[in-house]
Amino acid sequence: MTAADRTLPALSLALQVFLIGGWFLPDWAQSLLILAFGKGLVVLGLLLLIRTGLVSFGQGLYYCLGAYAAVSASKILAFPDLMSDALAMPLFGGVVAGVLGLVLGFLLARYRAIFFAMLSLAFSMILYGLLIKMSVLGSSDGFNIDYRTLAGIKLPDGMKLYALYALSTLLVFIATACLHRYLRSHLGRLAPAVRDNELRVEYMGSSVRYVVHVNYIIAAVLAGVGGGLVALSIGHIDPDLAYWTTSGEFVFVAVLGGTGNVAAPVLASLLFEWIKSAAYQYAPYTWQMVLGITLLLVIMFLPAGLWSIFQRRAREA
Amino acid sequence: MTAILHAQGLNKRFGAVIAASDIDVSIEDGSIVGLIGGNGAGKTTFINMVTGYLKPSSGTIRYCGRDITRLGPRQITQLGICRSFQIPQLFDSLTSRENLLVALGIVVLEAKNFASSASLRTENIEAVADETLARFNLTKYRNTRVGVLPEGVRKLLDIAMAMVVKPRIVFLDEPTSGVSADQKFVIMDMVMEALRAQSVTILFVEHDMDIVSRYTHRILAFYEGRIIADGRPEAVLNDNSVRKYVVGDQPVQGAAHVAN
Amino acid sequence: MTDLVPVLIDGIIYASYLFIIAVGLTLIYGVMKILNMAHGSLYALGAYVTATLVGAWFSHGLNPYGSFALPLLAAILVGLVAGPIIERGLLRFMYGNDEIVLILVTYALLLILEDLIKLVWGVESYSAYQPYGLLGTFEVAGLPYTKYDAILVGVAVSVGVALTWGLARTRQGKLLLAVIHDREVSAAMGINVQRVYLVTFTIGTILAALAGALIAPKVSVVPAMGVEVIVLAFAVVVIGGLGSLPGAALGALIVGLVGSAAVHYLPQVELFSIYLVMALVLIFRPKGLFSAAEARKI
Repeated sequence: MTAADRTLPALSLALQVFLIGGWFLPDWAQSLLILAFGKGLVVLGLLLLIRTGLVSFGQGLYYCLGAYAAVSASKILAFPDLMSDALAMPLFGGVVAGVLGLVLGFLLARYRAIFFAMLSLAFSMILYGLLIKMSVLGSSDGFNIDYRTLAGIKLPDGMKLYALYALSTLLVFIATACLHRYLRSHLGRLAPAVRDNELRVEYMGSSVRYVVHVNYIIAAVLAGVGGGLVALSIGHIDPDLAYWTTSGEFVFVAVLGGTGNVAAPVLASLLFEWIKSAAYQYAPYTWQMVLGITLLLVIMFLPAGLWSIFQRRAREA
Repeated sequence: MTAILHAQGLNKRFGAVIAASDIDVSIEDGSIVGLIGGNGAGKTTFINMVTGYLKPSSGTIRYCGRDITRLGPRQITQLGICRSFQIPQLFDSLTSRENLLVALGIVVLEAKNFASSASLRTENIEAVADETLARFNLTKYRNTRVGVLPEGVRKLLDIAMAMVVKPRIVFLDEPTSGVSADQKFVIMDMVMEALRAQSVTILFVEHDMDIVSRYTHRILAFYEGRIIADGRPEAVLNDNSVRKYVVGDQPVQGAAHVAN
Repeated sequence: MTDLVPVLIDGIIYASYLFIIAVGLTLIYGVMKILNMAHGSLYALGAYVTATLVGAWFSHGLNPYGSFALPLLAAILVGLVAGPIIERGLLRFMYGNDEIVLILVTYALLLILEDLIKLVWGVESYSAYQPYGLLGTFEVAGLPYTKYDAILVGVAVSVGVALTWGLARTRQGKLLLAVIHDREVSAAMGINVQRVYLVTFTIGTILAALAGALIAPKVSVVPAMGVEVIVLAFAVVVIGGLGSLPGAALGALIVGLVGSAAVHYLPQVELFSIYLVMALVLIFRPKGLFSAAEARKI
């Protein structure tokens, strides 16, 4: 209990460290952190789903949708000014993802275990199949994407990257802090209850489907915002964002970090992106193998993820 | 006394198996009723139908004059009928206290749907949880993960969970199964005292006839999906068909418990 | 408007190799309750080994007709080596875990196998085209088809018949059915469940590799092929019902025909339509088209 109570102060400390420290980091490191933060948001959503007892092999659906929503809004709809804003784009992505999550949630809230995993995978592959052939959305080549303002303020060239970095740091802080509060609310507490015993949840007078649906939407919004941030950071989007291996990578990071704390997905995402960037250079052909072996080791020896190492420390101290 | 629950012509078939057949029964407000019968006699099926887990093939169930036949467990719980389970249904990865906090949180969340319990507030659920733990003698297990608790303790917590929503009727499905013979009366005394504090109508399934006759005002005896006897304990337990079909297999059941 | 006959024939050819790969997946799931994500990588392994063998065969100038034995040889080789190594060396330590955890284990296996393939064969594409054209073509409704494709259909049918017969008529098959029906009771009755798992996984692996081996002469063998095919195989088994043999056949036919119809009439929607069918089946028949009822819990 005491360890968990320190979460909010620790998160705000981390926010300040990252905001100030980031200024001194080289460009490539800032980009890497934005990428890790964006994907960390998607994994944060998975944490909520896993706590509810569900594993989605299709979060790429909302991740990709969030990225495409931002771009399509500026290209197709006529909001070019609003839609070159670094804040508006990810938020719009989150909203669109949330709306689709609301709709599909009516269906997916009825599914569990393998069937939940497979149906979410099917939906993400439907989006992939659509995007890869739709020329209006760039087909398999995708789109380039750029931003000029942040919350309406025009960004000078030298400030663009740091502005996006600061934004993503702030968004991750807000998301983790809110999710932490949520998990301790009456509704949030029902997540592990649903995972453990749906029958009892219904027999206490609550609705399992409602709980699953709400958590599914939250995960979708987080993935949508994350997708928007990653799109801005890379400057390019393509249908691979919805491909099932992208979703598999999120599940990997979620398992790696564990679900013990809202900080775990973000830290795991940082670790993952850092190792990945190094491995791409030094071991392009064995990098996935390292991942696979790591995953096996985590499943066998740290079933609660890397975060459980911290917890053990905290208990011993 | 007035009837709080009224079942009329309840039937339930699973394919060719008849699990409930022409059940007609009225339960008075504030009464304590024992449900007896061998395994597969239809006691749990009756509870499952009244609490909304199973829909009867035909017949109606009325609670406080309202037809609840087609409602699910969630709505029926909210109206004020709750239950414990033969196999405790708990949130195994959470502690005893967290189990109760989840349950109390639901009552706060759904306050406008619950018939009772409007007084519960977020600020006082922790106090209510601790008080409930104390009432069921569970305080020393408050921070233990319930998945590792002994069966008897899990049964108590299961009953405590059912009482959290302040029901007007509670069904207890074999509250003392898995409890050693010498502990049964101790447990029942405590449970009954805790329940009486909430003035609730109690129906419980029990195989031990000493317990049934000591704690109930009335007994319903089930056999092959029917109620074959209904009345005061001494009358029902001396009924010929009850002696033949229900009590007759009691020594076997008793032996099984000793063996456990 | 394209004629219906080529759509049907292409669909059946497509369905044939989908069936061979999906039937292994569904068999493993039915017996072991493992949805093997690495199944596609074993398929890729079968294709690579075939490409290597075919390449060596023709560079040594051996009798070209002998090359037809190579896919079968490759499948058995991959199955007998990789199957037992994976089952004995990894999976057996994982039994009893949640189905989702088992999926993650096989996902890890997929990552490992993908890189293993890249380490051995590199990232360039391979081809084993020679056997494909060897037997020439025949005509249906004025359109040419290779006889190799006809053989592919024949192999798929034989695999289906052999498995059905093997499960219903042989001792080993009956043991398998018993384990599918109830693992605990089977173990209590003295069935060596460990052995059944080993045999099942090996057969499943042979089938995965066989599908890859047979497809190798038709396509270029590239690293991404395993990852691409596994989601198609998922679609097939999910449509038919996980663990069901006739379900895999029906699922393969549906996916094959839908895919082929899309390619002929509206190529833009090929992938989209397959996953749409998968989603629709899951929505209306959550447990697939062939599925059994479940018992009550309390």
